[in-house]
Amino acid sequence: MSELMNNLLFGIAYLILAPVVGGLLAGCDRIITARMQRRVGPPLLQPFYDVLKLTEKQEIAVNLIQDFYVGGFLLFVMISGIFFFTRGDILLVVFTLTLASVCLIVAAYSSNSPYSQIGAERELIQTMSYEPMLLMVAIGFYLATGTFSLSEIMHGHAAGIIFLPGVFLGLVYILGIKFRKSPFDLAMSHHAHQELIKGTVTEFSGKTLAMVEVAHWYENIFLLGFVYLFFVWSAGWSILLGLLACAVVFFFEILVDNCCSRIKWQALLKSTWLVSLVAGFINLLILMYMR
Amino acid sequence: MFLLSLLCGVPLVAALILLAVKDNGTRKVIVKLAAALTMILALVSAWTFYREPVFTFKLAGAVSEFVLAGDVVLCLIIMYLSCRSGRFWIALLALVQTGLMLWMETTTGSTLQVTNDILIDHLAVIMMVIVGVIGSLITIYALGYMEDFQRLEPDIEDRRPYFFFVMFLFLAAMFGLVLSNNLLNMYLCWEITSVTSFLLIGYTRTGEATHNAYRALWMNLLGGLCFAIAIVYLRLRFDTVELDQLLRLGLASFNVTLPVALLVFAGLTKAAQMPFSSWLLGAMVAPTPTSALLHSSTMVKAGVFLIIKLSPLLGDNEAGLLAMFVGGVTFLFASFAAISQSNGKKVLAYSTISNLGLIVCCAGIGTFEAVWTATMLVIFHAVAKSLMFLTVGTAEHHVGSRDIESFDGLFNEMRTLAVCMAIGICGMFLAPFGMLISKWAAMKAVIDAGHPFLMLVLVFGSSATFFFWTKWLGKITAIVPGRKNLEADVHADEWLAMKTLAVLTIVVCILFPWISSAVVVPYLQNVYHEVVEVIGQENLIIMSSMVVLLVILPLLSFGRGHKKLVQTNLSGENLGDDLHYRGAMDVDVPVTLRNMYLENWFGEARMSLAGGALCLACIILEFAQLLGGVAHV
Amino acid sequence: MSFMKKSPWVIHYDGSSCNGCDIEVLACLTPLYDIERFGIVNTGNPKHADIFLVTGAVNAQNVPVVRQIYSQMPEPKVVVAVGACAASGGVFHDCYNIIGGVDKAIPVDVYVPGCAARPQAIIDGVVQGLAVLEAKRKLLAEGKLEELEQKDQLPPLPPQTHVKEDQA
Repeated sequence: MSELMNNLLFGIAYLILAPVVGGLLAGCDRIITARMQRRVGPPLLQPFYDVLKLTEKQEIAVNLIQDFYVGGFLLFVMISGIFFFTRGDILLVVFTLTLASVCLIVAAYSSNSPYSQIGAERELIQTMSYEPMLLMVAIGFYLATGTFSLSEIMHGHAAGIIFLPGVFLGLVYILGIKFRKSPFDLAMSHHAHQELIKGTVTEFSGKTLAMVEVAHWYENIFLLGFVYLFFVWSAGWSILLGLLACAVVFFFEILVDNCCSRIKWQALLKSTWLVSLVAGFINLLILMYMR
Repeated sequence: MFLLSLLCGVPLVAALILLAVKDNGTRKVIVKLAAALTMILALVSAWTFYREPVFTFKLAGAVSEFVLAGDVVLCLIIMYLSCRSGRFWIALLALVQTGLMLWMETTTGSTLQVTNDILIDHLAVIMMVIVGVIGSLITIYALGYMEDFQRLEPDIEDRRPYFFFVMFLFLAAMFGLVLSNNLLNMYLCWEITSVTSFLLIGYTRTGEATHNAYRALWMNLLGGLCFAIAIVYLRLRFDTVELDQLLRLGLASFNVTLPVALLVFAGLTKAAQMPFSSWLLGAMVAPTPTSALLHSSTMVKAGVFLIIKLSPLLGDNEAGLLAMFVGGVTFLFASFAAISQSNGKKVLAYSTISNLGLIVCCAGIGTFEAVWTATMLVIFHAVAKSLMFLTVGTAEHHVGSRDIESFDGLFNEMRTLAVCMAIGICGMFLAPFGMLISKWAAMKAVIDAGHPFLMLVLVFGSSATFFFWTKWLGKITAIVPGRKNLEADVHADEWLAMKTLAVLTIVVCILFPWISSAVVVPYLQNVYHEVVEVIGQENLIIMSSMVVLLVILPLLSFGRGHKKLVQTNLSGENLGDDLHYRGAMDVDVPVTLRNMYLENWFGEARMSLAGGALCLACIILEFAQLLGGVAHV
Repeated sequence: MSFMKKSPWVIHYDGSSCNGCDIEVLACLTPLYDIERFGIVNTGNPKHADIFLVTGAVNAQNVPVVRQIYSQMPEPKVVVAVGACAASGGVFHDCYNIIGGVDKAIPVDVYVPGCAARPQAIIDGVVQGLAVLEAKRKLLAEGKLEELEQKDQLPPLPPQTHVKEDQA
């Protein structure tokens, strides 16, 4: 029973804390980026200001339906995060995340604007690129620990990274896509003014845009949770190691973001599938034959 | 037993009556009556036979002579048709297989003792419900569809009596097929379905249709030939023609791999696996109800039905590997090929091929989990895919094209239809809906069985399915202003079928934990004598509550709100209707939005060449190994 | 508490500027001036923007564009006219195609003088615009949307333009 309570507490904590931490991370991101460019950068709380400001704006839309899909996006990102933090099934998390991204893509399609539709298509290509690797992460844990259940994965005998170095590399590679960092920010970008205006979110404004932002915070948190998974096992202090790993990976993604220009979708698809095949699959192959 | 004869008899009688009825009004009444009766009978018999795990029955001896006569008549029909069109080698195929059967009957005489002609387990019950419910809905749909079809294509001779005759004949044969345990009876039904498929593909009598019909015929006959060889082999070597006997022999570690592999091969051709997938693609020239009934939800399922039945004997032997790899490779390459298609029916055809590939692959693995997945996939696929076909058929008639690109603004033109289509698409691939759950289980099954390459096929294949379904979904959900409503003159019959199927898709998705525990698991328990939890019950319930959520949410908040509506962003040059912008030299340029098809990456020719070659190599390799093994022994 | 002043997102449109002011506007984004310190982001999307920076005068070609971008911005919104040309047409004021300052096309809240306007001046102009923005936000928060929209209404089309009626 206490296990259940514990999980429930984790779930509620996620719902409340994830946007806070996610927003702070986004703030850190912007400051670190600024410092890398020898700028001062915005205040740490800037992402919160932005979102709160968006809620104060007049509500406009190109149609009344897009809000529904964007709401679905936020909802299902939250749900998949809850599955993650209540330590449910890792495949369930991945599939719910897919559902969420379908909602976002359909939202962009529904506005029938060229910019958002091209954004939607690029988003689709991005999803097609990273999904095999994301599934391989789940499969990797299954092979390493014999279960898809997150609570058991977290209480394994050894850190996942020992068995899954290749899968981890692949995950770090696709996190660039999920975090919408250069060179993979094809569909929409946090950087100002790209060729697609704002890609997927071009036609959203005010509260709708704020929802997309908050959803990204939620998403980022539990994506970092995947990184965390690789570094924890039954030992208590491994939690610190996990958090450290998250910080390092996050910093690394920012660094890459600032070093790279955007690539074309062809290069994205090719490189991501290649990394999935080389790093992810070979790792899994070895694990499968070790079993 | 009376029930069963009614079940096969009603469609048969209806078929004969419909052949004679020339009047449209009378036909409508008869078709609806027959469809309703068939559906009720299928449900009643499903309920009756559901209550016992396995029901067996022996038919009267005279039936076997009847069946033999049926084989001969069918062979004569095929020979006549193929000789008339100058395709003598098809006639030869038919001649060889019927000759084989006749030779077997005459040389071995009547020594054969058949204990069970009919065997109804839970799998057969599932198939019975699928055929009964979906089949009858599609025949009702066909009433409205064919009316529009003949009106829109005046060049094509109106042969509707013949069309409905073949449709109902097919239903009868399909019932016969899923009920049979005696392979001789099953073989006859198998061949009847091949021929009905051939007849319906060639319905329009255009050059292309005829060509495709003959291609479908010879490929299916090739499978039929292997079926016949398997029967003869079993008869001569083990003195049985019964499916359950075959299973018993195999489980008692007799070497039955060769006949099993032959039967699997027959299943592969029927399920349009690569390299035989081209017949299913060609079959898309047939009127859409045909595609929905024969080429997605039922007839092609006969192939996988047989393979699932055989699955306890599959696994790590040649037959199992044959099914696994051909299925897996087909799944991957057909999914890729679907990306590059913009023709709606072709996308559906490829996705059917790829899903059948997944089912075959799972059945080939042959473990409890894998077969659970395969069975679930059969159910979900039948419902969602037939819905998809029907919606595309109706859209084609009212929008004027079956190209997905022309479904732009379908949400404004035909809202109800677009919603039905979206439900179908979601049912095909989306998270809480069925197909993805089955993929989840498939993944688990593949890993547990230890096949890394199949795992690879699954993860990449499922991301490809995600791509082509979502871009289709996006196309039909786009809100395009200024469109007329085209929905007004859709026939009530069509609505009935589509709405029922849409509701069914949702219901199946919500009830699937129950379907699993009430039908699929008992069947597997009976076959494997154990129960494995494939996906935890609580996860199943979470999934089905997510479907409930997805159904309720739109009802609560869809399209509500009081926001100020503004134009789309066309860089300040929007001409006010969101459909045109002011271009260079002050010219009005229309906004056209097109999807990506990645032709250079996933082009059809390249994919079918690669997939076909791999599958063919696999087939040759496995059979070489098998025959080599037999020669050694 | 209001956040409008803490996160003004900007859209920049080049009317018929000589690019002098444009370069200065972009200079504001560079490390030396770093307007992101104030939470200012150059969005390029009218639907996300709060402040409309226009450089250069408006001409017959771009009047509808300027008006459309402006009307696609959600309230509260502020227009900052950057440079002499944006204020009055500047040295181009009697060109055959020039209609005049930005205020001929849309209501302007802040004028930033200079040819070209210095980055400091531009930043100052935006910051002054924030006060206007905040005032408008208050109106919106009080539910006086109509009053606000009345205030931000497009002026009548200047006579020289040949714009189709439905476009603006």
